[in-house]
Amino acid sequence: MTRRPILPGLIGGQGAALVAILVGLALLVPALNLLVPPSSPFHVPTHFVVLFGKWLTYALLAVSLDLVWGYCGILSLGHGAFFALGGYAMGMYLMRQIGPRGVYAHPVLPDFMVFLNWTELPVAWWGFQFFPYAMLMVFLVPGLLAFALGWFAFRSRVTGVYLSIITQAMTYALLLGFFRNNFGFGGNNGLTDFKDILGFSIQAPGTRAALFALSALALAGSFLIARAIVTSKLGKVLIAIRDAESRTRFLGYRVEHYKLFVFVVSAMMAGLAGALYVPQVGIINPSEFSPANSIEAVIWVAVGGRGTLTGAALGAVLVNAAKSWFTGALPEYWLFALGGLFILTTLLLPKGIVGTIAEHWPKPRRRDAERVPPLSAAPQPAE
Amino acid sequence: MMDVRTTQALLYLDGVSVSFDGFRALNNLSLVMDPGEMRAIIGPNGAGKTTMMDVITGKTRPDEGDVMFQGRHDLTALDESAIATLGIGRKFQKPTVFESHTVEDNLLLALDGERGVIGNLLHRLSGAERDRLDEILSIVKLKDRREELAANLSHGQKQWLEIGMLLAQDPALLLVDEPVAGMTDAETAETAELLRRINETHSVVVVEHDMTFVRDLGVKVTVLHEGSVLAEGSLDQVSANERVVEVYLGR
Ligand SMILES: Nc1ncnc2c1ncn2[C@@H]1O[C@H](COP(=O)(O)OP(=O)(O)OP(=O)(O)O)[C@@H](O)[C@H]1O
Ligand SMILES: [Mg+2]
Repeated sequence: MTRRPILPGLIGGQGAALVAILVGLALLVPALNLLVPPSSPFHVPTHFVVLFGKWLTYALLAVSLDLVWGYCGILSLGHGAFFALGGYAMGMYLMRQIGPRGVYAHPVLPDFMVFLNWTELPVAWWGFQFFPYAMLMVFLVPGLLAFALGWFAFRSRVTGVYLSIITQAMTYALLLGFFRNNFGFGGNNGLTDFKDILGFSIQAPGTRAALFALSALALAGSFLIARAIVTSKLGKVLIAIRDAESRTRFLGYRVEHYKLFVFVVSAMMAGLAGALYVPQVGIINPSEFSPANSIEAVIWVAVGGRGTLTGAALGAVLVNAAKSWFTGALPEYWLFALGGLFILTTLLLPKGIVGTIAEHWPKPRRRDAERVPPLSAAPQPAE
Repeated sequence: MMDVRTTQALLYLDGVSVSFDGFRALNNLSLVMDPGEMRAIIGPNGAGKTTMMDVITGKTRPDEGDVMFQGRHDLTALDESAIATLGIGRKFQKPTVFESHTVEDNLLLALDGERGVIGNLLHRLSGAERDRLDEILSIVKLKDRREELAANLSHGQKQWLEIGMLLAQDPALLLVDEPVAGMTDAETAETAELLRRINETHSVVVVEHDMTFVRDLGVKVTVLHEGSVLAEGSLDQVSANERVVEVYLGR
């Protein structure tokens, strides 16, 4: 009897480790930043807190992407759009918090609207002065867009490369739209010059540390939700769809409903990631919609290990750490390095870092309810 | 006359035609099956046997003709999952199992029951389901391989797993396309025995080229040729039919 190539408990063990590390980081990094004096070697400078916080939001985006790509075979090349929409929803809240402190000191209108000689706040901006409403939009807008796109695409059985192209076109269309001033979201400058969030100065080290901690906890929480999904019977159906979509239909499953569900959940996670990203980097502009961003996210997942949620998170952090180093040392070579990394991963580590480690881990445990099956080599179309 | 037939027959195909780029894979095909019946379908390669199953299960829409199930359901108006939910299960010619799932999970996914998204998100394996899985695993002789990935099974075992999935699905009508391809003689005989047992509680359509197997089944045989029915009757009757002999020898 040959053994299954994956240690079933490993995913569970890895998951527990990831959550423990994230909760630990959420406590430790702010403490080392705020409580340890800068002279101490243990002090974490604020710019690192911001950088790590940003990577954590990327990791969250990667987890959301892996949920649809790794477990349901939907290769979205437009997940950056959901991320950006969540970011814009947060940015709009932050803009409205500026209030009369803008350059033009208008009590309601953000500076760019005054500059464009607008006299009234566009309807789309109504309500964004309220944090809970803005948070609702962080989930609702990406969720609704995913629902609308998925509704038509999945019902019409658009799959594979065609679906990827549609998602890529979606983010490109949004890029073009958000670039336009009359679209009402700040044109190519986007939204920036934020002052405070929930009354706390956005520049204050305490706020930055809190945003870092929230990013870590949001990643941990979303990871647990994603894992609950993929380890449920629903998750088994998703994997069945990924490997043999038509066969799944002949068992009576409505494939389009399953895809729609996981696509919408994933889009909302990506929106949350964007919402945490924007206050940390202090700006959101249309370039976040650029198709290259979505493709980069796919590379993070592939490098870390498609179909392993921990791998997706790890891949995002590792690739972005490499990117930070490159943009400091050899900025003009980053894109070549990224492309090379992707090709090497595809050729040498098709299961990614975590997928490969899992494969070579020793003997699996007998039974584990949390086991997640690995990717099969090739999808099997039902004849 | 026709009304009586459509209400009594489990499966009723009338004047069904399917063309692929002008080529008629099914040509005015008519076939009636009684509830509880097992029917063997034979015919040379390309006769349209698989295409007929595609039409019944909603994979292919016929250009013309009626396809009724239990006299009430117009199958031409339904899609694959709706037809599966009505109670028609299928084993594919090329064994199609979920390779990256374990044997047991393949059966679990097929198991009759919850098909909704939220229901499956919250699904917990019940004692009854566990018993049923155990039972099916022993019927298809895969009990000691339940934890194995389906990808690691032999061809014959995949065939049996897929039959097991049909059992789990517990449909009123089973469509079984070439179940003994790639099996040893002993396995073939066991499969015939298994299908006869399944037929005690289910209606079955079996497509097979293996004549020993068809003889073992001992049921009414329909011969398809060029997309329509050439002959129907016991195996001995159709073997004696001149046109059937011609079709098989002419190839
Ligand atoms: N999707 C399709 N597109 C084009 N031609 C098709 C398609 N499906 C089937 N055909 C053709 O229709 C004819 C009938 O095919 P079918 O698979 O039903 O035959 P079969 O009786 O099952 O044969 P076999 O015994 O080889 O399985 C064949 O000539 C086949 O090439
Ligand atoms: Mg065939």
